[in-house]
Amino acid sequence: MAQPTTNQFIKGLWQQNPIFVQALGLCPALAVSNSAINALTMGLATSFVLLSSGVIISSIRSLIPREARIVSYICIIASLVTTVDYVIKAISLDLHKSLGAFISLIVVNCLILGRAEAFASRNTVGKTVLDSAGMGAGFTIALLCIGVIREVLGAGTLFGIGLFPDTFQTWTIMLLPSGGFFVLAFWLLAIGLWNDARERSAKTAEETA
Amino acid sequence: MMADASHWSIFINAALINNFVLAYFLGLCPFLGVSAKLQTAIRMGGAVTFVMLVASICAYVLNMLLLAMDAPYLKLISYILVIASTVQLVEMLLRKLSPATFRALGIFLPLITTNCAILGLALFQTNRGYDFSRAIVFALGAAAGFTLALVLMAGVREKLDLASVPDVVKGTTAAFFVAGILSLSFMGFAGLGR
Repeated sequence: MAQPTTNQFIKGLWQQNPIFVQALGLCPALAVSNSAINALTMGLATSFVLLSSGVIISSIRSLIPREARIVSYICIIASLVTTVDYVIKAISLDLHKSLGAFISLIVVNCLILGRAEAFASRNTVGKTVLDSAGMGAGFTIALLCIGVIREVLGAGTLFGIGLFPDTFQTWTIMLLPSGGFFVLAFWLLAIGLWNDARERSAKTAEETA
Repeated sequence: MMADASHWSIFINAALINNFVLAYFLGLCPFLGVSAKLQTAIRMGGAVTFVMLVASICAYVLNMLLLAMDAPYLKLISYILVIASTVQLVEMLLRKLSPATFRALGIFLPLITTNCAILGLALFQTNRGYDFSRAIVFALGAAAGFTLALVLMAGVREKLDLASVPDVVKGTTAAFFVAGILSLSFMGFAGLGR
């Protein structure tokens, strides 16, 4: 880990973006991204759990025996998620209803357990905070990328505010489950094409130099 | 979708209309990870079916206990612990009984623990208030739906390997396009039930 500390944060946003690059935590990402507000709530809730579980795990990492580590991580994560579940219920019952069981399902988000195992369990608290914040931000941004497109095209609104005149024909498919798959596939395609183009221009720059 | 729905409609609903993978996006990681080969997909379906059945029974008993103890906030933590232990058990059994399957499933076997489909099943059945026999039927339906989606996907991807696809689309991107089309075709089942 010889990188400068800012890289710990930045890598979660782009090079190792949890959704677009690592393909972790896809289930909640697709299930609740049919509107921007759902996507934002889910992203923030997941980031909170990611950050606090990272802090707890990295600060007690020397106390956890190796054999029982996964079980201990899951217990910590499950307690945090239960807290988040009740907090969201207290803030907005409607939001809680539209997210349904998917708040509880943050427990089994591979991203959180993955970061706990790969990063928090072997790094200091400070580094873990940066890593978790970066991953959380990357996750939230990716969720918003999907959620905004699905809401704008599927319902003609953004965060519940109408964007188009009444004559706009909504794309119902975007709100259906298959819309989630398609939007994510198009994002992956766009990122793949962009990376390709960048590689090619880097190569031509090398040749001309 | 009420607690008094008939067993048959619960089964059809869980397996086809609201397929766990293609309509609820539950269990996407193994869906994308293990669906490259037909044989592995079928074995994975078997393992998940067993875990789902056990998890459903455990969740039913646990929920009764928690209600009796008046401690619903322990639901999540107790469910996930029971599921984790069940997966550990399946892992040990498979290693003894069928080492070939064990090796083929690899890392995805322990990852069944973090398969949202299993926990999702336990949570849905509690939220909808199914009784014991309905919970079992629900678990069987969900498992059948999961296996069906996995096998269909594996079949398509085996063919896809032989097709000429642009390099950019290969891998995950192509898998998502296929999943989207599969999900779209499963919408056709929507008229089957309520």
